Amino acid sequence: MSFSIFMQYLLNALQWGSFYALIALGYTMVYGVLLLINFAHGDIFMVGAYIGFFIATFLLGLVGGALPNWVILAITILGAMVLTAGVGVTIERVAYRPLRERGAHRLYVVITALMIGIFLEYLNLSLLGAADRGFPELISTTIYDLGGVSLTNTKVLVICLSILVMIGLEMFLRSTKVGMAMRAISYDRMAVPLMGVPVNTIITATFVIGSSLAALAGIMFGSAYHVLSFDMGILIGWKAFISAVVGGIGEIRGAMAGGFLLGFVEIFVVALGQIPGLEFLSSTYRDLIAFTILLLILTFRPTGLFGVARRQKV
Amino acid sequence: MTKRALFAALALITAMALLAGCGPRGPETIKIGLDIPLTGDIAYVGVQSQRAAEMKVEDINGAGGLQVGDQVYQIELVIEDNESKAESAVAAATKLIIQDQVLAIVGPQASKQAVPTGEVCNEHETPMISPWSTNPNTTLNRPWVFRACFLDPFQGPVMANFITEEFGYTKAAVLYDVASDYPKGLAEFFKAAWEELHGEGSVVAFESFTTGDTDFSAQLTKIKASDAEFLFTPQYYNEVPLIVKQARELGLDFPIFGSDSWGDPKTLELCGEACEGLYFSTHYAAEGAVGATKEFIDRYYDKYGEVPGDVAALTWDAMGILLQAIQNTGGLTGDIAADRRAVRDQLAQIRDYEGITGRMSFTEEGDPIKCAVIVKIEGGKFTFYRQVCP
Repeated sequence: MSFSIFMQYLLNALQWGSFYALIALGYTMVYGVLLLINFAHGDIFMVGAYIGFFIATFLLGLVGGALPNWVILAITILGAMVLTAGVGVTIERVAYRPLRERGAHRLYVVITALMIGIFLEYLNLSLLGAADRGFPELISTTIYDLGGVSLTNTKVLVICLSILVMIGLEMFLRSTKVGMAMRAISYDRMAVPLMGVPVNTIITATFVIGSSLAALAGIMFGSAYHVLSFDMGILIGWKAFISAVVGGIGEIRGAMAGGFLLGFVEIFVVALGQIPGLEFLSSTYRDLIAFTILLLILTFRPTGLFGVARRQKV
Repeated sequence: MTKRALFAALALITAMALLAGCGPRGPETIKIGLDIPLTGDIAYVGVQSQRAAEMKVEDINGAGGLQVGDQVYQIELVIEDNESKAESAVAAATKLIIQDQVLAIVGPQASKQAVPTGEVCNEHETPMISPWSTNPNTTLNRPWVFRACFLDPFQGPVMANFITEEFGYTKAAVLYDVASDYPKGLAEFFKAAWEELHGEGSVVAFESFTTGDTDFSAQLTKIKASDAEFLFTPQYYNEVPLIVKQARELGLDFPIFGSDSWGDPKTLELCGEACEGLYFSTHYAAEGAVGATKEFIDRYYDKYGEVPGDVAALTWDAMGILLQAIQNTGGLTGDIAADRRAVRDQLAQIRDYEGITGRMSFTEEGDPIKCAVIVKIEGGKFTFYRQVCP
């Protein structure tokens, strides 16, 4: 494998891992605060992408040409993040909070989350039909060739934005009151509410952040791959959830690490076949090998890479 | 009419025919059954089939009728709606065979209906031609069942030949969905055909993914690192744009080829500029057609105001083959069982039939050996490029 091909794989892995990491953040934040696995999160990613699609198409029709495309993209991202956050908060209020307030076991809330996910998929299917949508090309793709390594502006944007967002999130959690409250609740969910921390507000904030990150991922996905479908969130959502678990669910840095790790493993397993002696490893084995590696990690570190085992008091 | 009354009537007719002692003289009309979906989710397929079949019949009857041996017959179509359902298609075929006493059946179109209906026709020893069903099981081990289109695996050798002749490439890359029957089968048939032409190891990259994947960058980078001269990807319209665009973004600027699953208007819509100049194989192309094909398209367009789809063209050919086989019997006896057998035997012997979707000869299995059409994506349209034979 030559150096330029290796760099190409590395860039591919960074882009692909960015999507996993951005979605995994939503899973892990909700889990940290609520101990709830929000299985609807992959579909919130899909909803975010579609909201972005409609805003972008609407704006292009309204002021296309008058405004530069990057302005439209910025408005699309902001608008989709706000609206998707609304969807996430609504789901929490309508589906999860009533169960929680009636003291339902966590298992029932998880099942509810699964159902909400299916509900969102088929709502989309019945409203918009099974036909795939092409995401408008807001940034016309430019391809740069750096000594055999192909790089597009979209790829750079995806990687940079996701890294910026993660740094921003980490700072938010470290240095704001809401962020500290989130960490506090995940540390001790019995004592912290007694200290006067408004738990429901913090939960809402968690859903706002998680859902808007999913929307950002959705729009980036649309810009990078151009095709949207009603079931686009299922597989990527599951894999992001797995990467959140491998990173250590409940841990922000774990979600990032897990997301990028899964992206790297998936891409480089395919690349393995190029090493002399390993030619029999075709891409057909990709998921098999990738998930064997993840299983091994969990066998040796059951709480994930960044997870800390916590003893439960009986 | 009850069944008994029906049998009585039939017995009477037969007795009268025998009493009349008219020897070679049979009935004046030939009945052909159409088992097509006029309602249900693929109703438009049925509508096009009916139009094409009726055009063919009008042609024959308008010219006086069909000459079989020393007698001229009028053709009568008996049309049954199979509601796009398998069970209704079987019921419709049973009615056509037993009640309407048709000589042969054209249809059903989709494999979902054609596979079970083929069994009924085979059991009742009635010739059936499905114009559009590409699943191998439709005709498998059924001597009475034929089809007018090529099979899924057939496109592999077709594309291998086309790429070799047209571009002179020797090193191939293939990217396909390992979890879906159609692409997987086609990818393997293409690989086999390519290696037969260019030797072992001439498929330098044979990469796969699974249904639902959207990022192909790893596979495409691997293909980039190989010395492949082109990519063959027999995928559906939702994956083609992803693959083509990602390939271009990775700096792969070689030609990309596909199969008839590309032939959906959605491919053009989702892929746009990126798919310009690419080729795929299919049954027929309306844009840029020539000769008899163009004549058919123009007549159809004048009559119905629409461009006929591949199903209409294939139904036209299925009707044509059937009428040819009936003519080749050299005369009908009037005994429906014997006539059906004679028609089946003639169908099996059809050689080099010049259809509007290509020249066809039937194999033992009742599948045609025919040429495919190569379509080029040009100016945002599917245009006829050339014909390729296996």
